[in-house]
Amino acid sequence: MHITRERLIVYGGVLFFALLPPVASFFGEHYLISLFTRAMIYALAAVSLDLLLGYGKMISLGHAAFVGIGAYVVGIMFFHAADDSLLFGFIGGSENALVVWPAAVLVSAMGALVIGALSLRTSGMHFIMITLAFAQMLFYFAVGLETYGGDDGLPMWNRNRLAGLDLADKLHFYYVCFFLMSVFIFCCTRLVRSRFGLVLRGASTNTRRIRALGVHDVSYKLVCFVIAGAGAGLAGALLANQSEFVSPGLLHWGLSGELMVMVLLGGLGTLFGPVLGAVLFLLLEEFLAIYTEHWMVYFGPVLIIVVLTTKRGIYGLLVGGGGNRGG
Amino acid sequence: MLFFVEQSLNGLQLGITLFLMSAGLTLVFGIMRVINLAHGSFYMIGAYCGATTMAATGSFLLAIGAALIGAALAGMVVEVLVLRVLYRREHLDQVLATFGLILFCNELTRIIWGRQPLFMDVPPWLGGSIELLPGLIYPIYRLAVIGVGVAVALFLWFLFSRTRLGMQIRAGAENREMIGALGVNIRLLYTLVFGLGAMLAGLAGVMAGPIMAVESGMGEDILILTFVVIVIGGIGSIRGAVVGALLVGVVDTMGRVFLPSLFRIVFSNAYADSVAASLASMAIYLLMAAILIWRPRGLFPAHS
Repeated sequence: MHITRERLIVYGGVLFFALLPPVASFFGEHYLISLFTRAMIYALAAVSLDLLLGYGKMISLGHAAFVGIGAYVVGIMFFHAADDSLLFGFIGGSENALVVWPAAVLVSAMGALVIGALSLRTSGMHFIMITLAFAQMLFYFAVGLETYGGDDGLPMWNRNRLAGLDLADKLHFYYVCFFLMSVFIFCCTRLVRSRFGLVLRGASTNTRRIRALGVHDVSYKLVCFVIAGAGAGLAGALLANQSEFVSPGLLHWGLSGELMVMVLLGGLGTLFGPVLGAVLFLLLEEFLAIYTEHWMVYFGPVLIIVVLTTKRGIYGLLVGGGGNRGG
Repeated sequence: MLFFVEQSLNGLQLGITLFLMSAGLTLVFGIMRVINLAHGSFYMIGAYCGATTMAATGSFLLAIGAALIGAALAGMVVEVLVLRVLYRREHLDQVLATFGLILFCNELTRIIWGRQPLFMDVPPWLGGSIELLPGLIYPIYRLAVIGVGVAVALFLWFLFSRTRLGMQIRAGAENREMIGALGVNIRLLYTLVFGLGAMLAGLAGVMAGPIMAVESGMGEDILILTFVVIVIGGIGSIRGAVVGALLVGVVDTMGRVFLPSLFRIVFSNAYADSVAASLASMAIYLLMAAILIWRPRGLFPAHS
């Protein structure tokens, strides 16, 4: 196999994530395992957002909505399992990950279908504002859900059950997240190289031409939006398990903005870049917060400068010519 | 009936605040084609400048003056330092850079004024209530807010349709290369328009001060409502901003007040309140979705 710089970085990354837990345990830095579990979950959400931003040129500022939906599905199913009640009078609760996680993905995908179908009637600035507005609508909806904790959120007493594994165990949960993130990224790389991905990129480069070829680009974009929503829903389900807590904060537009920052820092339209972006963002948050509680006051201007000066994110810098921006 | 009139006035007052926000933002969208998430920060800056001046001097008029100047200055500095570079960039860059601005502004206000919210008092000469109709007692301050909003709307109408500056702004929205070629200093024009938009946001902020708490991050909730207004009204259209703002203000207020009683007729009490509270806060977004299905470019699109 021909070894390129890009391959080297990707395999290096896989090796890094695979070996992190034993190395961290060896040095007694157990908190690194939780930190990187969180980073992988955010990475999953960021990669799904990269499908929209980098390949579909759909600038969604409401991606947190789907993370939140996924998390709330897990939280609500747990709630009903715990007090043995029924949702809408006929759906029983569950703690089984094999039931709850696919449900979270499905519900998020359906949410994305509705929001996407409405938002894709427009483009440009309208699209940005509308995705933001719909996400905010769901945020207020969650705040108003008194039964499920409303503003205070919904605590879970333990993580979901998964046959043969103990998700409460740091290592088990780490490798489950690692597996799911890897599978999702692998599927995405296949997806963007397929005819589907070509149409998507074609439509964002030259819409008129794609339409002249007889391709209905909006339906491709909608499918992309739904896939991205499903990925974010999975991330939400994992996040709910990781923190054993679900709150409206997961739907807040601040999270949408942070995911966007991760994608751009890492490298837009590269799929692997957002993983780097997510890791970097969480590390910065973790370590800058030690020095000053006002780290945002430095991070804001840094972000502006990065946007104004760089074109390809960290991944682009590492890979060299490969990671071209915007695909 | 009186209750209905009172709630309509409340809706009108929210609508006026939203109009002040969206008028500035829609101009920036329409003329410079730049999406500015940090517009809510000018609202916050206006409120903080006003509250601080009010606490120091006790004069509400000085507070308004400080808010206008502070927000306009902040707006022009931001335009020159950041926005100017963004005009020719993609929307994504604009979103991220202005998101960075929000993080910066919110954290800066926390450093300067602390995490505790500030409270502004209604000035004595605007305190109290008057009887508008027999049995309808309404706070004077809220009436004054409505009055200022109407005055600003008239001023903007005059500015745009009767002055040379307004003509240049309208021409700039239509075709910026052409107006540049005709010898108008576009850079200065853009800075002025941006400063004007920020000033209107600052005015909205200081007027909201005595009604709501002045705190870090207060600009974002109103910003998202403003986006809804602009989506409904159409980008770049002042007329759309007026109609959209009033529509959103009234629907939001009415939804919060009347939905619970409507639901109580149908469902049991506790359940009705919970569902109605959720639905009431969603009402304006459902309105937006409905208008989008009907008219994807808003009610009064500027570039149709």
